[in-house]
Amino acid sequence: MKINRDLCDVCGTCVAVCPADAIVVSEFEVNIDDEKCIKCMNCVTVCPIKAISEGE
Amino acid sequence: MIKEKYDVLVIGAGPAGSVTARFAAENGASVLMLERDREAGIPVRCAEGVSHNGIVPFIELDEKWIAAKINIAKLHSPNGETAVMRNNGAGYVLERRIFDTALCDLAAEKGAEFITKADALDLVWEDGKIAGVKFKYMGEIKTVKCDIVIGADGVESRVGRWAGIKTAVRLEDIDTCVQYTLSGLEIDDEACDFYFGQNISPGGYVWIFPKSKTTANVGIGIAGHLAKDKSPKEYLDKFVEEHFPNAKINYTVYGGVPTAATLKEIVKDNIMLVGDAARQVNPITGGGIVQAMIAARIAGKLVAEAVKAKRFDAKFLKKYPQEWDKILGHSQKTMFDMKEKFMTLTDDKFNSIVEFCQKVPEDQFSLKALFMEAVKGDPMLMLDVAKSFVVSKMKLK
Ligand SMILES: Cc1cc2nc3c(=O)[nH]c(=O)nc-3n(C[C@H](O)[C@H](O)[C@H](O)COP(=O)(O)OP(=O)(O)OC[C@H]3O[C@@H](n4cnc5c(N)ncnc54)[C@H](O)[C@@H]3O)c2cc1C
Repeated sequence: MKINRDLCDVCGTCVAVCPADAIVVSEFEVNIDDEKCIKCMNCVTVCPIKAISEGE
Repeated sequence: MIKEKYDVLVIGAGPAGSVTARFAAENGASVLMLERDREAGIPVRCAEGVSHNGIVPFIELDEKWIAAKINIAKLHSPNGETAVMRNNGAGYVLERRIFDTALCDLAAEKGAEFITKADALDLVWEDGKIAGVKFKYMGEIKTVKCDIVIGADGVESRVGRWAGIKTAVRLEDIDTCVQYTLSGLEIDDEACDFYFGQNISPGGYVWIFPKSKTTANVGIGIAGHLAKDKSPKEYLDKFVEEHFPNAKINYTVYGGVPTAATLKEIVKDNIMLVGDAARQVNPITGGGIVQAMIAARIAGKLVAEAVKAKRFDAKFLKKYPQEWDKILGHSQKTMFDMKEKFMTLTDDKFNSIVEFCQKVPEDQFSLKALFMEAVKGDPMLMLDVAKSFVVSKMKLK
């Protein structure tokens, strides 16, 4: 998954809907672990600013 | 100096964490609270509305963190009608950056230690048991030991996941939110406004919570599964363009509100979850501050008892979910069932609810009457609701 860092506000909403525990939030950044990700697209749907998209 | 071991490690310094820390410390436990951000309460991902009755048990009122005093709620229907409900002294719009810090200060006064810029990374296990937390602090990876961990790490919670608790919520059970703090307004600073409608805020609502006569938190939350094609920002931009074309945006925040019921499992051996991390928000209003503090008071007191009794097993800690269910958990479940019904309401139904509300005298409102109007003429809906009322035996005022 790809995160547009210019848009991402690091709000953590994506983490709450991730069934695979693939998303990690730190103070400044959200990261998605592609190995754990099951491509359910929940994070893409729920991101309030649509900063997440499919892709490397 | 951070010690090697504490009785209790609290992860997250929002209302859930700071209130747990305070009640644990006050009752004799040694407590360290870790907060990832630079300061508690910042950024403010919140509309900052609370009820008077909700907060007074926890902290002495202080003008420093009260932005506005609220006496009126206005409901706006999709067809543009307004119903006014008056309840003098009902609530406040907070300055949460100051409020959250005040709660942390209270915890510190009672003896809890607190560090910021401390990002919890994982649990530490010993002999198959949770025995501490690994965290990043000032560029270094550190570990601190403890007998019990409190996961108060908000909607983005991972502490529960580390302990093997299933914390993920359905798309239907999260509201995806955007909020602008607008200035240059001319508004009534004793009224909170709520706007409903499929084209305004599907599965949620738009709020206007005043911070003064000229500034307000104007935000939107829409149900996650209804946000596939259009983001909450697009809806909010349209709303602001229509209602406040000349306003200036001072501050923008994004965030999520879990509108689920409390997780099935909020305690395990050596761990408890509190607040948004445990999904303890009111699923209809999305309010979670007071809910978090109520849960935290139960959890904090119990943790201190656990320290005295040297009992950190799930069986002992179960008193927390039991007490929570009694005080609020059951009614939250009813609210959750009601929310499921609210999600199915059409614009016509919202119009008729507001029309009904207009006929009720301003100061004689109850959520129950409102809800009864919502389900009127729909026997199946009535039956469902009746069932959930009976199950919870909850008294809705
Ligand atoms: C847009 C929006 C509007 C809202 N409006 C209202 C409202 O008007 N009224 C109301 O009552 N509620 C409202 N809420 C809900 C309310 O904000 C939450 O329910 C409340 O903040 C929950 O408190 P908490 O302590 O559980 O979590 P939080 O306040 O989120 O605190 C969690 C803390 O944990 C920290 N943390 C997370 N992970 C780690 C880690 N790994 N290590 C260290 N620290 C960590 C975070 O930085 C954060 O400070 C709103 C929410 C949103 C998103």
